[in-house]
Amino acid sequence: MKKEFSTIGKHIIREDGWEKVTGQAKYGDDFNFPNQLFGVPVRVPAVHAKINHIDYSEIISDPDLIAVCNCSDIPGSAKIGPIRKDQPIFCSERVVTSGDVLSLLVGPSREKLLQLREHIRIDYEPLPILSDPSKALEDDAVLIHPEFKTNLIVHYPLRKGDIEKGFQQSDEVIEQTYTTQCIEHAYVEPEVVIAIPMGKHKGIKIIGSIQNPYTARRIVASVLNWPLTKVRIIQAELGGSFGGKDDTMNILAARAAMAALKTGRPVKICYDREDSILESYKRHPYVMHYKVGFSRNGKIRAMKIDILADGGGYASMSPFVTWRSVVQATGPYEIDHVWTDVRAVYTNNPYTGAMRGFGSPQPIFANESLMDEIAIRTNKTPDEVRRINALRQNSITASGQKLTSHDVNLVTVLDRAVEETGFSKKWRSNHTASCGPHTLSTGSEGNGDDASKLILKENDFIASSDLFKKGIGLAVSYRGCSLGAEGVDAAAAYLSVQPDGSAYLVSGLAENGQGLRTTFSMIAAEVLGLSVADIYYLEQDTGVIPDSGPTVASRSTLMGGAAVKEAAEIVRKRLEKVLMDHWNTTGAAEFNFSDHHVYATGPPNQRIRFPELCEMAFQKGISLAALGWYAGPRVDWDEETGQGPAYFTYVYGCQVAEVRVNIGTGEVYVDRIVAVHDPGKVLNLLGAHGQVFGGVTQGAGYGLWEQINSLSGQIQELNFDQYLIPTSNDIGEIVPIFIEGRDKYGPWGAKSLGEPTLELTAAAIANAVRNATGRRFFNLPLNLEEIMLGRKLINKTAMRGSHV
Amino acid sequence: MKFSTIKFELNGKPVEIEVPPAMRLLDILRETFKLTGTKEGCGIGECGACTVLLNGQAVASCLLLAGQLEGTKITTIEGLVHDERMNLLQRNFLECGAVQCGFCTPGMLLSAYALLQKDARPTTDDIKNAIAGNLCRCTGYKQIIQAIQKSTESLSDPDQ
Repeated sequence: MKKEFSTIGKHIIREDGWEKVTGQAKYGDDFNFPNQLFGVPVRVPAVHAKINHIDYSEIISDPDLIAVCNCSDIPGSAKIGPIRKDQPIFCSERVVTSGDVLSLLVGPSREKLLQLREHIRIDYEPLPILSDPSKALEDDAVLIHPEFKTNLIVHYPLRKGDIEKGFQQSDEVIEQTYTTQCIEHAYVEPEVVIAIPMGKHKGIKIIGSIQNPYTARRIVASVLNWPLTKVRIIQAELGGSFGGKDDTMNILAARAAMAALKTGRPVKICYDREDSILESYKRHPYVMHYKVGFSRNGKIRAMKIDILADGGGYASMSPFVTWRSVVQATGPYEIDHVWTDVRAVYTNNPYTGAMRGFGSPQPIFANESLMDEIAIRTNKTPDEVRRINALRQNSITASGQKLTSHDVNLVTVLDRAVEETGFSKKWRSNHTASCGPHTLSTGSEGNGDDASKLILKENDFIASSDLFKKGIGLAVSYRGCSLGAEGVDAAAAYLSVQPDGSAYLVSGLAENGQGLRTTFSMIAAEVLGLSVADIYYLEQDTGVIPDSGPTVASRSTLMGGAAVKEAAEIVRKRLEKVLMDHWNTTGAAEFNFSDHHVYATGPPNQRIRFPELCEMAFQKGISLAALGWYAGPRVDWDEETGQGPAYFTYVYGCQVAEVRVNIGTGEVYVDRIVAVHDPGKVLNLLGAHGQVFGGVTQGAGYGLWEQINSLSGQIQELNFDQYLIPTSNDIGEIVPIFIEGRDKYGPWGAKSLGEPTLELTAAAIANAVRNATGRRFFNLPLNLEEIMLGRKLINKTAMRGSHV
Repeated sequence: MKFSTIKFELNGKPVEIEVPPAMRLLDILRETFKLTGTKEGCGIGECGACTVLLNGQAVASCLLLAGQLEGTKITTIEGLVHDERMNLLQRNFLECGAVQCGFCTPGMLLSAYALLQKDARPTTDDIKNAIAGNLCRCTGYKQIIQAIQKSTESLSDPDQ
């Protein structure tokens, strides 16, 4: 392969951009069909309840109601789920979360259906509510799904070395508990799906804001009891997902399909924001106990971790999310003795599933907070203590995996970030200053009800020069790429070069806004010496391209990108063969595809225009269409011991946050975040920068403001007046820096970036706040009340906002 | 249901509609006129995805009702398809990577456009404030701010 790239690594404008800036791009709700009906969900105003009877008599003969769909209409699977089939398409006897749906009202006007919904009478008996995950495994806990006889969804142990011996070898031991909150994806486009019946033999076509078309297809087919081929899913332009338009969308697609088949007409389900936040799954709240033993020189000897994840009402992705946690829970450190337990449990809280980060932001907040405490105890700077413990080339991870096949660039990204920010000097100076007057007198464990413990005593006055405390903090992480031992890992791409040299491209992975179409077009263009403009990216349709698994786990560039490269290389080899015949070479000639030409780099030293070559191949009856297929290398995991090569490769990152904390109000200002990542080879520099800016901003929202409070299972924040995500005014400068480590996997060694950018920001901010204030905070988010009072203030009496 | 006849100017052309007076402008645009470039993200004026121009000002079309439209000038993203200033913003949004999923983009562009109509040389803070009512979950806003800045530079360059 040539060394100089013509397209890869450059700043390439997204190929679907013009439609998006002119308002022509069609998202789910922009599609409408003749005779279309709407579907509106029916819920019970309860969190955990036994349903006795649903009385539709007042509305059943209303002309605005065409049909009511419920579980009795389901010909196939009534319950679904990625591992455990515990989530009903429609609830019948019981509801276990506030978002649960009993039935779907179907009619020509969404507005009228919403009015009719008010006249349904539901006879139900409230059941005891389990809202505290730490009580879920107690003997007398109410069972959310009695058929499983326990609220335990999954338990992953990991055992390495001899934990007791490790603590005996330690000079000091720190034991801490950290918690993280439930948050919402907050994609700006709420969920939409339309199902269109195509006639007896053609099945059904579904268009919607669907992140994973193949998963949606599998669910719909199983609910309808149909072969996969009769369910065609076409992805509309997706208005953000971040892991969030998976399970919810699959269920909505199944409901719409049932309604469409029942009425024989297209049915659209279009959620408003309240529906979306109420029914969609969230990020798992974690409670994490960490015990770490270390030597006076800062070397960690042993780490014992106990994590409890709140899975909410359904198992959903909990078994996968918590599996990533157990692999990565120690952080990227070489530790001889590790003992980890991760459990996920059912509660009556909103169910939790996939969200960008996927089980990593929580333990990173805990282990990176802990690393800074070790640094302070051993009188070292945070970067020093990380260098002492960092995973390096040929290091062995907590799961016993030796890191050999790629550049282990953890220390490289750390050093680069430290150098860029002048970290150590700033950290030491802030650390000294934070011990001065007006330090915060409460931490998370303080009692905020006791006014005497607040910063400002009665006669205190803080000079404005003392009001803002500066802090700098860092966090590092490593992340296993793609699915790992979670599941089958392979992807397809189809490339069809036309006789004029232009080409169609589509892959089995989905464009969710991240820029996949552009990156994949760049890969094909690079291999064939074309420009991105020559590639026509087709719409995602499950009828056209093989199932490539879900578009998750920051795997699309790595897996789908490799499949695109494979497809392009197949076509390229066929074209080379045509040229060898044409130029009468022996096969020793090498060819260079660039600038819409093919050059023979040795004798016969000729060149040909790419379109001319394609026309020639076409005339000779040579196929220039190819299916590329890339299957990930073998990974392995022992469920009993938590040992094995969990992922086939890893990426590394370091972020440094510089903040100011207003000690009069508790407000944290993020002034600057330097994000140094090794995502492997960077394919599209413009897109890569976008991933960093977006991921860091989401990570800062997680660290500072965002929280879904579910009081007795009822979500308190149902719209953006209550659920606050970062705005243009909230985050200071973000500086992305890339270190391109070598890897034998992925296209030219390209790996993952989407999730790594988000997972460590909150931890870096928390360490910066510690550096500024001299106080450690153990509970995300670090909002005003956490900083000032050391506890969260939740309105326990009133429903607020727009959904009163 | 009572219907009212309402006359206003939409994307430079006079229009007359007969709709319930409490119908939202957002629905009038999307349903009556099939102008689907205006998006709904929250329905309560918080997210800015439904931003349009009302007499040149950026407003949330989910909060405007039909009865308030009489005699106004409404402009949507579709109405500025040949507008030089909007085209400049659109090109810069693409060149700066200010678009990912794109759902907030039409609203974001209209807020930026309204700012530049009022002030050709806004400060970075002015830009941040002008789009503070437009939520974007993908980009972290940096490349959006950069794109708007770039557009002000081109606009204020006398050689252009």
